Order: sequence, then structure tokens, then C-alpha cells
Amino acid sequence: MLWERPVAAPPLPRTVELLVFRGVRALDPASQLDAVVDVVIERGTITRVGPGAAEGLLGVEGAQLVDGTGKWLLPAFVDLHAHLREPGHEYKEDVHSGLNAAAAGGYAHVCVMPNTRPVNDTRAVTELMVSRAREHGGPTLHPIGAITKGQQGQDLTEMAELRDAGAVGVSDDGVCVMSAAVMRRALEYARNFDLPVIQHAEDHTLTAGAHMHEGVVSAQLGLKGWPRVAEDIIIARDVLLAEYTSARYHAAHISTFGAARIIAEAKSRGLPVTAEVTPHHLLLTDGAVVGYDTACRVNPPLREEQDVAALRRALADGTIDAIATDHAPHSPLEKDVEFAEASPGMMGLELCFGLLVQLVGRDGLTLARLVDAMSQAPARVIGIEPPRIREGARAELTLVDPQARWIPAERRLQTKSLNSPFLKSELGSKILMTLAHGAIVFDEVGATT
Amino acid sequence: MTEPRQRHLLGIAGMSREVALSLLDTAKVFLEVTRRPVRKVPTLRGKTVLNLFFEASTRTRTSFELAGKRMGADVVNISASTSSTTKGETLHDTVATLDAMHADVVVIRHSASGAPHIVAQRSRAAVINAGDGMHEHPTQALLDAFTMRQHLGDDLSGKVVAICGDILHSRVARSNALLLPLLGARVRLAGPRTMLPHRARDLGWEVYDRIEPALEGADVVMMLRIQRERLGAALFPSLREYSRVWGLTGQRLALARPGALVMHPGPLNRGVEIAGDVADGPHSVILPQVEAGVAVRMAALYLCAGESGPPTAQE
Repeated sequence: MLWERPVAAPPLPRTVELLVFRGVRALDPASQLDAVVDVVIERGTITRVGPGAAEGLLGVEGAQLVDGTGKWLLPAFVDLHAHLREPGHEYKEDVHSGLNAAAAGGYAHVCVMPNTRPVNDTRAVTELMVSRAREHGGPTLHPIGAITKGQQGQDLTEMAELRDAGAVGVSDDGVCVMSAAVMRRALEYARNFDLPVIQHAEDHTLTAGAHMHEGVVSAQLGLKGWPRVAEDIIIARDVLLAEYTSARYHAAHISTFGAARIIAEAKSRGLPVTAEVTPHHLLLTDGAVVGYDTACRVNPPLREEQDVAALRRALADGTIDAIATDHAPHSPLEKDVEFAEASPGMMGLELCFGLLVQLVGRDGLTLARLVDAMSQAPARVIGIEPPRIREGARAELTLVDPQARWIPAERRLQTKSLNSPFLKSELGSKILMTLAHGAIVFDEVGATT
Repeated sequence: MTEPRQRHLLGIAGMSREVALSLLDTAKVFLEVTRRPVRKVPTLRGKTVLNLFFEASTRTRTSFELAGKRMGADVVNISASTSSTTKGETLHDTVATLDAMHADVVVIRHSASGAPHIVAQRSRAAVINAGDGMHEHPTQALLDAFTMRQHLGDDLSGKVVAICGDILHSRVARSNALLLPLLGARVRLAGPRTMLPHRARDLGWEVYDRIEPALEGADVVMMLRIQRERLGAALFPSLREYSRVWGLTGQRLALARPGALVMHPGPLNRGVEIAGDVADGPHSVILPQVEAGVAVRMAALYLCAGESGPPTAQE
């Protein structure tokens, strides 16, 4: 070696012999736990939960104590929908930077969409993602394989092999499976392997060349409209196909009041249909596009007040199962361009909880439902063990300071890309610590012994 | 280093009635200049105007070029056929390059809506929008209003203007629909449903899917150019049918007020949106519109680059 780099032992991930959260408000929606308790974790497993559970452990050699006064301890978050850009677009994000961002955002599990280069339609790509994540050791990465080869909408991928390599679902995300016949076969085939089929619902014949939501604002700005009906048509069709095939169907990032209505109707008939929504579709309308801010170009596009209101109600009542970030990092090459030329998407892993916690108490949204939608409900969608706060569970936890207020632009973010309209917004609730698979993967507490 | 200029002309949206009227009044003075034997004033001597056209245009570019030259500015035409993305250059770099050339005014024509706005956010030069995508074409609307005032009198209050054709994709219609109400006129927009904005009434626009009711009693009839490429997008079945249902014929023109003006931003599709005899007839002010274009663009350049103090006819 001509030169030597100072090698510091990576402090994270770190498994702790004995980790104690003392006097923390612990919230576990699955067991209706919401109480101030002590939580004891021994070698990555939760061993005691309850008032006074930490007694007698405080002086133990090697024990780490976290004073939980005024803090919340939540089951760690699960993201159904992130783009970590590796392989192919590592200048925007890679598995390591993306998992750092996920850990800082309170996530223990991240599902990664297949629209990489090459597309994740083979075992080789799936394995690459998984092995890069293992190297990192942070939040667990779950690949979503493509439904069709090359996301071309024609030939099904080898779903059995993708599943063996680690895929937890299939999606042609970014591209809708337009052919009803292909979608029917995909639902039937994926059912063999218990993989949910995740649809990006967009009738491309109705959205060719579209830049933003079709409405008054698109007419004023002279931008080509993406009508709501293009989403609703596909979700309605897919619900019928899911019913016909009895297969598991998951609607990605729904954005319209119509989609929420169709999902509610499907659920009322007991169909195996689930749905997710992004933070930006719960917080912004097409009005944010005035001024041609390309950070607000997303797909599906930002809609109108009535859509936002319907999505918030649907989240609160459980019609929408899960929050998904649709974390989509882009560099200035894709965003510092004409609006019509800009790539759609915004990053979001580090901002999601801080943005959405501000909705608690509005439109019927409880903290327990928000936590469920960010953690346990998405885990159920992909069939992984949901993070829990109970004795015997593997420690997958997020410690939150609910009093903190912070502005993303003032912090060093972990993601490589800063494409977000929320950079200068004030967010609530800072993530202080994240545990994934029993290990500390993010730590801003500076836990003391 | 000069301070960043804020006086851009990006659109009619956000423009006050006072600024609009001042532009139109200033243009009158410049119209007189363009009719002199020596059509030149030194108002912008030493100033640099960059005509940055990302989209092909002969009329508008020539009009801005003449406007700049008649005011003594150095005018440079840059035709850039590609957007920033195809070049792999960010808009920020494009703007920085232009600023480094010390342009006083950058006139931008771009096929992407909002491109001049993004440039203006960071440019030190004043930016004039010479047409952006399907968004706005403010100097076209100003020259249309200028032409109306020349023929109908300065006060356009209560005048009825029917704009007919592809409203959805027309930046001319959009800018006129904003400017004319500012001046007191009433705008009717007519075209096939496939070429009207979805829920156009929510915009506060008065829309018609047939041309006849829109023409009734109108003081001005403005026909928009039909883009033949829309045929492929299945927005209308054939030029023949378009012409038969939405074309301006002498017979249809008779529905308008006697002496109504016929306008068209050009170039014309004779026999499609407008019959040849109507375009050349006594009602037509299509060529005066072109003349007004130079005067209005002189006023726009003056607004954005001129020193303080109004120009005088004696200058």
C-alpha cells in the first residue's frame, strides 16, 4: 500500500449484551400496549417489558442504560417501497447510503424496488442487493422482484427463483402491467409462492407525456395532465382480477379518492387486497407545483385537497394499510432541468416519520394507527415477522424524541440525494435510535452505562 | 457586479393592470418609431439582448431581433435545438453561462412549460418569456391587445373576444385569457372538447364546444392555429371535419358584431381554421398584429433593460 487510510472500527451495527430503556412510553399497536415501562434487551432479544422491569439490572457490568423519560419506544418501521438505485445508478444512492438513511429514519426493514439497471428480474441482481445489505449490516433489505422480464409487461420472471434468493414480492414499479391477461397470469403464478403482486397503477394510454395531475393547476401551468381515472381504472381492474384469481394484490402509492374508494369496497367484500400511501400524497397538493419546482414532480402526481382528505381518512380507518416512502433519490442531473424533463420522485426515508407524526390527531389519525401503518401493517403485507414490543421478540425498535423539532436542510442527511420539497420544512419527532435484527443500527442517544 | 434584476416578463399571470397598461402605452410610442424613415432610437445602446430559442420560431425571433436592433441593443441569436437534459447540462449551468456573457436581457422560447421561470429564479439578466410550452406567450397577448386598442379604442371594457381552436395546448389562448379580463374585456373560448382543459369552468373560463354561440355579437374573433400533429394524438378525426365544424368562414363571421376584428397569431392554415377570403378580408387585422409585435417587444425590452425615465417620441 502506498498510503494507509485510518481505519476506524465501524461502531454500527452493534449488538449489546444488555440494553435497558428506562421509563419510556412504549407503544405496540398489535397488543394495544401504550404505557410507560422499562424495556430490557439481552443480546438482541426483548426479555422484559413492564414497570420496574429494569430493577436490579442497572449496575450490571456492560449494561447500557437509556433514559426514556419523555421518549417514545416504537416497533421499528418497515418500508414497502424504496429505490436504493443499486445496481446502475449509484451516483443517486446505493445500498449502503440508502440503508444508512433507512436506519436514521427509524427503519428496520426496507423493500427495494426492481427498477435498477439491470432490472431486478433475475437471481443475480436479487442476490447482489441482499449481499450488499449483509455487508452493511444495517436494516434488513428485502428485494421486490420484477413481475415481468425487463419490466416489459410481457413475460413473467422466474418468481420461484427470485423468492429463493430473497424476494418478498413482485412489482414492475414505475411501469404498470397494462395487459389484463399478463396481470391475471402474474397473480395466479405469484400465488404459488405466496408473493404479493404490487402494482404501479397507471393506465399509460391515459398518461402519455403527462407531467402532473390533470386539474385546474395543470391547465394554468400549461403542463400535461395525468388524470385520476388512469389510476382508478387499473386498480378497479386489478381488484376484479384479484377476486377472480384469489391472489394477493397490493396497490402501490395510491393517490386518488377513487382508488381509496375502490380499495375500501374490495376490503368490505373480504378480498385479499392491500394498499399503501406515501407521505407526500398525504401532505401536498398539485398547488405545490406552481413555480415549477421539480422536487414536486412525482409519479403518481400530487393531487387535490379532496384526494388528500380521502387518503387521510382511509389511512386513519385502515382502508390504506401502510405508509410507504417511495424514497426515490435523484441527482441535479435529473432535477435541475425543465419540469417536463425532470425525473419523477422524491427522497423520503429520513423524513417520513417526522413529517407524518404531525398528522396525528387530525382526520381521526391516532398515533397507534400511524405506528401500525409504518411498522406492523407493512410487515404483514410482505409476510415478514412484524416488529413487536413484547418479551421474546427480536429487538426491532425505534426510539423517538417527540418534543424535538428539526429542519432537514440543517442536518447532514445520510441519503446521497437531496430531492425533496420538505428540506426547509419544520419536522416533528426526531429519531434517536434504531434497532434492527437485534442490533443498534442508528444511535444518536449516546447511551450510558 | 450588478444586482440580480427582478423585472422579468414571464407571463401575464401575476401582472398588474398598471404594468399591462404601461406596456401598451409605451408600445404606442415605439410604433411611431417603427414607422419613421430611420427606424432607430438609442434607448438600449450598449445593452446586450440574447435571443435564446430552444424551439424553432421565425416570426417571434425576428420580431424580438428587430425590436432590439431598433433600440440600438446588441442582439445575439442562439438557436438551441435541444433541452438541457439531452445535452446533459443542468439548467443551472446554462444560466451561469449566460450570466457570464453579461447579457442584460435573455429572451427565451422553450418547448417546456415553465423553463423561463426556472431560468429567471437564478439569472442576473432579465428574462422575457417568448413562449413556453403550453403555458404562456405574454408578448403575443400584449400585441393582440395592442392591436385591439388601435382599432377599437384604448378602453376595451365590455368588449367581447372569442378565441377559437386548440385552447388546451395554446399558450396564446392562455395568455390572452389572463390579459384581456385584466383590461376589462370578456373572453369566450371555443373548441372541440378534446382541446379544452378538463373542467375548464373551474378555471373561471367561459367555454363553448361550438364556435357559433361564441361568435355571437363578438367584437373580436381570434382564430388559433391548428397543429396538424394533434391529428395523430386523436384529438380530432380530420382537418376536413375540423374545418367544417370549427373553421371561421364568412358565413360564421356574420354572427359577430358588424366590423368585428379577425385576428390570428400565425402562421395560418388557410382553409382549415380560417377561410382564405376571411383572412384577407376587410375585417382582418392579421398583418397589423405583426407590426404591433415589434412595437410591443420594444416596450417589453425597454421595461426589462431600459434606464429609468419614460421614452419620448422625440428621442
